[in-house]
Amino acid sequence: MARESRLALVRIAFRNRKFQFGFGLLAFFVIFALIGPLFTPFAWNGLYYENVGGIKIASYGGKTLPPMSHEVITTYTGKKVEVLHILGTNINGQDLYARLVYGLRTSLWIALLAAAIGTVLGITIGLVAGYKGGWTDELLMMFTNIMLVIPSIVLLVLIAAYLSARTPGIQALIIGLTGWPWVARAVRSQTLSLKNREFVHLAKLAGLSDLRIIFTEVMPNMVSYIFMAGILQFSGAILASATLDFIGLGPTTMVSLGNILQRAIAYNALQFGWWWWFIPPGLIITLIITALFFINIGLEEVFNPRLRRE
Amino acid sequence: MAMLTVEDLKIYYATPFGHVKAVDGVSFEVREGEVFGIAGESGCGKSTLVHSLILRKPPMVHMGGKALFKGRDLMRLSKEESRKIRYTELSIIPQYAMNALNPTKKIKDIVWDLAREHGHTDREEVERLLRERLKMVKLSEKVADMYPVELSGGMRQRATMVVSTLLNPDLLIADEVTSALDVTTQRVVIELLHHFMREGIVKSIIFVTHDLALLDKIADRMMILYAGKVVEIGPTEEVINEPSHPYTQLLLSSLPRMGIQYRKQKLRGIPGYPISLLNPPKGCRFYTRCPYALDKCPSEEPKLVKVGEEHYAACHLLGGEDQ
Amino acid sequence: MGFRRYMVRKVVVYGITFVFAVTLNWLLPRLMPGNPIEAMVSRSGGAASSQLIKFYEEVYGLNQPMWKQFLNFWVNLFHGDLGYSMLYNAPVSSIIKHALPYDIAILLPAIVLSWLVGNWLGAIAGKNKKYDRYTMPLFYFLASMPYFWFAMILVYVVGVKLGWLPYSGAYAPDLVPSLSWTFIKSFLSHWILPFLSLFIVMIGSWAIGMRNMIIYELEADYVRYLEALGASEKLMTKHAYRNAILPQVTGLALQLGMMVAGAIATEIVFNYPGIGVLIMNAALNQDYFLLQGAFLIVVISVLAANFLIDIVYAFIDPRVRASYTEG
Ligand SMILES: Nc1ncnc2c1ncn2[C@@H]1O[C@H](COP(=O)(O)OP(=O)(O)OP(=O)(O)O)[C@@H](O)[C@H]1O
Ligand code: SF4
Ligand SMILES: [Mg+2]
Repeated sequence: MARESRLALVRIAFRNRKFQFGFGLLAFFVIFALIGPLFTPFAWNGLYYENVGGIKIASYGGKTLPPMSHEVITTYTGKKVEVLHILGTNINGQDLYARLVYGLRTSLWIALLAAAIGTVLGITIGLVAGYKGGWTDELLMMFTNIMLVIPSIVLLVLIAAYLSARTPGIQALIIGLTGWPWVARAVRSQTLSLKNREFVHLAKLAGLSDLRIIFTEVMPNMVSYIFMAGILQFSGAILASATLDFIGLGPTTMVSLGNILQRAIAYNALQFGWWWWFIPPGLIITLIITALFFINIGLEEVFNPRLRRE
Repeated sequence: MAMLTVEDLKIYYATPFGHVKAVDGVSFEVREGEVFGIAGESGCGKSTLVHSLILRKPPMVHMGGKALFKGRDLMRLSKEESRKIRYTELSIIPQYAMNALNPTKKIKDIVWDLAREHGHTDREEVERLLRERLKMVKLSEKVADMYPVELSGGMRQRATMVVSTLLNPDLLIADEVTSALDVTTQRVVIELLHHFMREGIVKSIIFVTHDLALLDKIADRMMILYAGKVVEIGPTEEVINEPSHPYTQLLLSSLPRMGIQYRKQKLRGIPGYPISLLNPPKGCRFYTRCPYALDKCPSEEPKLVKVGEEHYAACHLLGGEDQ
Repeated sequence: MGFRRYMVRKVVVYGITFVFAVTLNWLLPRLMPGNPIEAMVSRSGGAASSQLIKFYEEVYGLNQPMWKQFLNFWVNLFHGDLGYSMLYNAPVSSIIKHALPYDIAILLPAIVLSWLVGNWLGAIAGKNKKYDRYTMPLFYFLASMPYFWFAMILVYVVGVKLGWLPYSGAYAPDLVPSLSWTFIKSFLSHWILPFLSLFIVMIGSWAIGMRNMIIYELEADYVRYLEALGASEKLMTKHAYRNAILPQVTGLALQLGMMVAGAIATEIVFNYPGIGVLIMNAALNQDYFLLQGAFLIVVISVLAANFLIDIVYAFIDPRVRASYTEG
């Protein structure tokens, strides 16, 4: 695939309705995660901090308020500040908008990292299996298929439960370590079909090393597959991370979308009717995954014109 | 007696850029008891022509002309009428014959499903016929109880030929059935088609190919298409031995020693490319590549001129303006 | 015949997977930083004196050489001994035995019914473009929802706001499981919401799969051929559906793990006494024997279901058998 034609594909992609929708939705949430904190005076944990002589001291109302409530908070130094809770507060009076924005940041970050780890691992294993063939292939694919059958969430729970300190990085790592098999399978079958093409044979005849052939001849020809596999990894990681957090095995140091939901259940938000606590985080997860789906089907139509349905 | 009479048929494709004039005013007839060959380069409209007789689906549109099949105009049949005559009277072996059978149904079930759609009620009778025909094409009658995935490519091709002809259609269309095959298998397929004719299973065959050498073997009469138009039509022997149209002559001279070596040979080797069917020239469609092009060729369309007994060609070199 | 080769291969592959899963289960705690016994002991109250820890290490055979521990693990497994839960003060195997029926009660009907309904809806969408335009985004939205979040919405709307159905536990707290009419009624009313929450979300992914398969199959050569030979719309659809539904059976195997995971989180929302709640409690209270036991049971169930599906599939799809006869 020449450089121009790849650019042309990108242009076609941005003209595809489904891709536009998915990309727009995803971009909206990414931007929201980045600039959302500008619209609230609250810190990541939903508390109001006052700077007293270089030390930050938190203060909060302690009331559970519905969205768009105004509240007057008395700070440590006795000042009264009127604040707006855009999405209301939780049982401890923490601002839910702030928690949501920062939680979204954490979740996106974890998913991105996990998807990167899973995709790179999957590509490596798939490439090696497909390119080397023979016993290497048999063994690697056996391993891949085993990992595919074992429900990864349950495995994740098992691993996470043994970890006492869980950072977002560690969560991303374990999600990435269990998510690669799908990528490996797709990449392997692509490699198999590319391996027997002329240009690979030519490169071999020219005496290029395997590694060079893989990087310069094989990889560039499956960029589209790798990209789509990466997107699926990303949505899988969002869901996995939310589920882990919801079970109570999320990062111990930060708020995340699944973590907000877990708190909501733990404090009976459902029974008390505090819908603003649990509807927004789940909705965001759902919409992000929907967006990723649409990006993928849009891309699929771009790469594979037979599927276009007008 | 004419089985099929096509008159000035126009079949276009509707595209966002305009109409692709894939078949543009084609006339010919297919007689009872003959094999009628159609040849031409890839993209000249052969498949479009024969498919339009069986099934017109968007973006294919009928823009004029008639196709009288046993007295009825195929272009004017209602959906249901046209569905009914397909298979029983008019059948096709498609270009993709090897993949034409549903891989997850036993062949006898596929056949029975189709036969029932055409009013057959006796399953045993249909199956008996199927087994008999399978033996006729040198397949085991057990093939009837097998799934298409269990057969090799060549066996599937033959099975498809049996399925397509099972209800004894009067006219059989064979669209590039030999293109994907090696020489030996090609010969077997040709033999089978002859056999179907001899046994009276089919009355006439339209044989589409881009291999002129094959037509010499099988066709009684033939027609050469170029860019959606007929350039020459006549008895096979005459067209091949005394080609009148410059295009036919070039085609034949590009074949490696005709009649001695039946190598799979695509119609190429003529310099230049066919013109775009979106905006074909007003005059002769071949003028961009014709070594003898006259001044009037780009603007004036040549009419078919009689050059021999039942032999016609469309070229200004052959005169005929005065007609 | 190809079927035997197919079976042998499957048995070998699933056998290896089983051994791998068990080994992983055994290995993980030994690979992890920290001392699980210490954590468990200190959890169950009292300071973890080094003597107590030593005592437990002896009880669980953790002072023996690794190979012996591994062997013991297998021996115990085949005796159905999965260890002892400190949290519930009972053998892990008996706790799981009591929990498993609840999982089956909501998962099995949810999977089977959603498969049927989802495929049906997807088939309609694949055939009918007008209907497809509206339903496709809906299916994708459904398939994107985390099971547990949709469960929360159901609890909030149907349980709390409307007050139509109970939403906590598997039966009224003042009842004892029995075959009495009152119990069955209570059980069923508690069952509806957890079932629905899984059922509805699952419909989305089946429908998407079926829709895409149908579109693909209707374009296939064999459908074109049927049409050219005068098949009615009905017959073409019949052939296409059959071929589209077959891969959905394999889809059942592929999605099973995801669905089980979804069920675990869903049970937590409803406080439904299945394996999901066990896993959460075990994980949060560092009850490692219970956690490992639950993991094993889930893996074994998923493997068994996959194995079953593979065998059924070989029977219904001749393509699978054919691929094992040649060569
Ligand atoms: N669906 C379509 N939409 C637009 N144009 C089409 C379509 N199908 C075919 N064509 C055009 O119509 C012309 C005739 O195509 P057709 O398939 O009939 O050629 P052919 O002679 O059978 O070629 P081949 O030997 O390759 O089978 C070609 O120029 C092709 O590009
Ligand atoms: S009409 Fe003119 S251009 Fe066409 S074939 Fe004859 S001489 Fe050539
Ligand atoms: Mg063709």
